[in-house]
Amino acid sequence: MDDQLAISVRGLRKAYGDNVAVAGVDLDVHRGEVFALLGPNGAGKTTTVEILEGYRQRDAGEVRVLGSDPADPDAHHRSRVGIVLQGTGEFDELTVAEVVRHFSGFYADADDPDKVIERVGLAGKATARTHTLSGGQKRRLDVALGIIGRPELLFLDEPTTGFDPEARREFWELIRDLAAAGTTIVLTTHYLDEAEALADRVGVIAAGRLVEVAPPDRLGNRQEALATVSWRTPDGTPETAQSATPTALVAELAARFGGEVPGLTVTRPTLEDVYLEMIGH
Amino acid sequence: MTTTTKPSAPVAAGHARRLGGGALALRQGRLEITQFLRSRESVVFTMGFPVIMILIFAAIFNDEIAPGVSYTQYFITGMIATGLMTVSFQNLGIWIPIERDRGVLKRYRGTPMPKWVWFAGKVLMVVAIGVAETALLLAVSVALFDLDLPGTAGRWLTFGWVSVLGVTACTLCGIAISSLARTARSGSAVVTPVALVLQFISGVFFVFTSLPSWMQQVAALFPLKWMCQGLRAVFLPESFGAREPGGSFELGRVALVLALWCVIGLVLCMTTFRWTTKRDG
Repeated sequence: MDDQLAISVRGLRKAYGDNVAVAGVDLDVHRGEVFALLGPNGAGKTTTVEILEGYRQRDAGEVRVLGSDPADPDAHHRSRVGIVLQGTGEFDELTVAEVVRHFSGFYADADDPDKVIERVGLAGKATARTHTLSGGQKRRLDVALGIIGRPELLFLDEPTTGFDPEARREFWELIRDLAAAGTTIVLTTHYLDEAEALADRVGVIAAGRLVEVAPPDRLGNRQEALATVSWRTPDGTPETAQSATPTALVAELAARFGGEVPGLTVTRPTLEDVYLEMIGH
Repeated sequence: MTTTTKPSAPVAAGHARRLGGGALALRQGRLEITQFLRSRESVVFTMGFPVIMILIFAAIFNDEIAPGVSYTQYFITGMIATGLMTVSFQNLGIWIPIERDRGVLKRYRGTPMPKWVWFAGKVLMVVAIGVAETALLLAVSVALFDLDLPGTAGRWLTFGWVSVLGVTACTLCGIAISSLARTARSGSAVVTPVALVLQFISGVFFVFTSLPSWMQQVAALFPLKWMCQGLRAVFLPESFGAREPGGSFELGRVALVLALWCVIGLVLCMTTFRWTTKRDG
């Protein structure tokens, strides 16, 4: 087993009755990497991640997480892995500080609870009962519990669902911060901009299979794809051309118009374009 | 969120040791008790219900059921047994499905906390609330209804072991039955009818020997009947034993049946307990 790999998966399969949720996934995640698993609802993201987390048993395949089989994790393994689940586990009657402090007791090398509460941006809410928190604040508490044990590997299942744009930016800062400190991060998300902003590599999963794994800017050969150049003709009709050499085309247009080209745009396929194509839309 | 704090590299504190099992269990127990006391419904329902029932029944019925034994005294012993069943069987059977549904249990499973610590926390909570509940009932009964506290060390001893065995059996059965509930709400729908029927057929509301014999035989299969009988041996005159179905308080059989239910409950817990909901796979 390669020590540089935080996660190694070969031929992973899982079915619920006749419904095949994961149909043969191969995947490597390197230590220190931020890996995003992208896919529509029901594609097998959560099943895959929960098998890696140790919550579900696989039907077939080889899985190694931090060098051990997650199907039967021991306490030492669990202390090295942080988990932020999709559904929040609520402790309505307790305060933020009480919950974080309590969970810190489970780890030999836990981070300072007050510091963690501050890091996730809940310092002002430390003494608030958790049921008084907003959706985004509850999510931050989830993250606090995920990182209180200073994990080497952190799983985040759709961490920013329900966040407002500002809260998402702040959350991204926190993830970058953790990644900079060497934490390996595996996140699932619906949001393409989130994957693009955070991930070193993106895996697109559709119908239980990994369709492609690549850095976000190379997904679907985005970089090599033809550029789309659009402009307006002098009588105002929009014109569009696909080009492998858009710079030359723009220069030619500039010469033709003798200066400014009206309504000029040059675009390449967005991550969303290639993503939608991959998942079959 | 602050971006300045790095997840401080393990400080030179050498290897911080994780808290020992005993300390973890005590913390877990304290957390459970705090959660219980802060949720007003459970305090009112669990602690208040038996007291209110005693006040009502004692006001309605005050005839003697045997020389020197009033119905109130008979009923109080039944309510003490019911109180022990409420704090253990009903309390756990209703709350565990809620916690399972909220994902609290799943979250605990993702930490290095040893599984047994969670159960120990529940047991400590049940014991603490059970002692408080029983003390409250005794105080009310002695102050208002002329109940005599046990007069001999032997009777206190009987009080002790009947309570411990009864609570243990009911705790294990409460944990076991919690797995029957599919959702948070169905917990009380599963548990409440069982508890209520047992109260009617086990000699809590009615003098046991006045019940139809088939009903007595059904009740004798379950723990509550034997808890009531054991507590009557503690609080009613020795002579009342002759009026029990077996012609005596049958303490040996009380111990046997309750111990058997401890074993049945333990086996059910070990084989059926789930940390996640069914839809979680």
